[in-house]
Amino acid sequence: MLIKKTADIPSSQITPKRAYLSRRTFMAGAAAAGASLLAGRRLLEMASPAQVAHAGAKLSTVKGPFGTDEKLTPYKDVTTYNNFYEFSTDKDGPAQLAKDFRTRPWQVKVEGLVQKPRTFDIDDILKLAPLEERVYRHRCVEGWSMVIPWVGYPLSKLLKQVDLLGKAKYVEFTTILDPKQMPGQRARILDWPYVEGLRLDEAMHPLAILCVGLYGEALPNQDGAPVRIVLPWKYGFKSAKSIVKIRLVEQQPINTWNQAAPGEYGFYSNVNPDVDHPRWSQKTERRIDGSGFFASIKKIPTRPFNGYGDQVALLYAGMDLRKYF
Amino acid sequence: MTHVGWLKLAIFPACLVPLARLFWKGATANLGANPIEAITHSTGDWTLIFLLVTLAITPLRKLTGQLWLIGLRRMIGLFAFFYGCLHFLTFIWLDQGFDVHSMIKDVYKRPFITLGFTAFVLLVPLAVTSTRKMIQRLGGRRWQWLHRLIYVSATAAIVHFTWAMKKDIHRPIEYGIVLGVLLGYRLVVWATSAVAAKQKRTAVTAGVPAD
Repeated sequence: MLIKKTADIPSSQITPKRAYLSRRTFMAGAAAAGASLLAGRRLLEMASPAQVAHAGAKLSTVKGPFGTDEKLTPYKDVTTYNNFYEFSTDKDGPAQLAKDFRTRPWQVKVEGLVQKPRTFDIDDILKLAPLEERVYRHRCVEGWSMVIPWVGYPLSKLLKQVDLLGKAKYVEFTTILDPKQMPGQRARILDWPYVEGLRLDEAMHPLAILCVGLYGEALPNQDGAPVRIVLPWKYGFKSAKSIVKIRLVEQQPINTWNQAAPGEYGFYSNVNPDVDHPRWSQKTERRIDGSGFFASIKKIPTRPFNGYGDQVALLYAGMDLRKYF
Repeated sequence: MTHVGWLKLAIFPACLVPLARLFWKGATANLGANPIEAITHSTGDWTLIFLLVTLAITPLRKLTGQLWLIGLRRMIGLFAFFYGCLHFLTFIWLDQGFDVHSMIKDVYKRPFITLGFTAFVLLVPLAVTSTRKMIQRLGGRRWQWLHRLIYVSATAAIVHFTWAMKKDIHRPIEYGIVLGVLLGYRLVVWATSAVAAKQKRTAVTAGVPAD
């Protein structure tokens, strides 16, 4: 699948002269006081809109299972609307700030309760198994969702390479810590590096993939290049990006968002319309699929396990999902 | 026309630039992947900015001695209300699709929505009583007391902003600091004038000769 968008600046993004002039008038009028400072900065931000970052190298893929025929989220939206706090807490920030992020050389350590701990080079990871295109729904804990054609293969294929020990019960994923390259890590918004975790059976589930691309191309930097995980039945933040370490452990790992706000983000974080976020409802979601402004007004109902209940509900049989949210 | 009149004529269209820009970006499909969120954030942001600019006028006037500044206050304040209306409308129409049931539940269940709603509702009487006639009808003193509701509204709005954030609250904090300075200034002025009045009273009492 080869869909490529060019990175030009449409004339509509150039601030009209009229706007500059009245901006000056406004600044003059409201001068002094911090209030105008805030206004001014907001205006400055308006003048520097985000741009689409470079698309990655082409990858050859085979069609994978669990697909959907829902409308795909346009490439532009997948690559300019990102939660990647290592770069910025603004959605359009990562596309800009990750532009020069170095994804080569890159290694992923797989260690902990395994017989054969190993450090994989990213190019080995790319060749470990046939790359599949997996079209998954992606539901953010904030209440929006996308449909993304990811490229990757089951995470289990990587884990099987290192021979797990019987004691291994959980898997911990660590994102790269590199404040020099990742401006967001210079602020203590979260406790860096970003850590996520899964129960071993979740990690071995065929839906869980190790992801190296989207739209038939290598992952754009802002989407977690060069390698991330994708767990379509869980809220987006569980799908850790730019991974450098995978550790097999006996105890349930502490995941970053749970640590930051335990009452709001649990360890499991399965998509669940019946368990609201304490500050907003999770019953519905806004689908981002390029259908236009008015179509996006209507929210769609959120499904348990993001619609993957047939595949994963069994993993949680007998568990109180209100308690283990 | 007075120079305030001319200035107002210039500032008025400038105050509409944020809205014009939203329309422009909307019409050219440049509001990003989640246009409704972009509109919600932008209108909310500008409501707060206009509230803070409104609150900055009195301190600015007192500090600089430029009395004419007060002539801008009503217009800026009404723009705060205007953007507040747009923000509220965005919520009930674009975000909630006029689903009254879910909205009522949201206001009741979610403190950040409750606070935003409160901040907005408190601005309504201020907008309604912003005309010269209403000032006369209420009497300057009562009118002034009523319009101190803006302190409560702005505070509620900033807490609303803070609680709406997932984690990164540096922005609400910045707005909060500005509000703190603007309200703190009033507190200082009030406190010093109260002390001065008391001293004057004491001085007067002490000055009266005993018979």
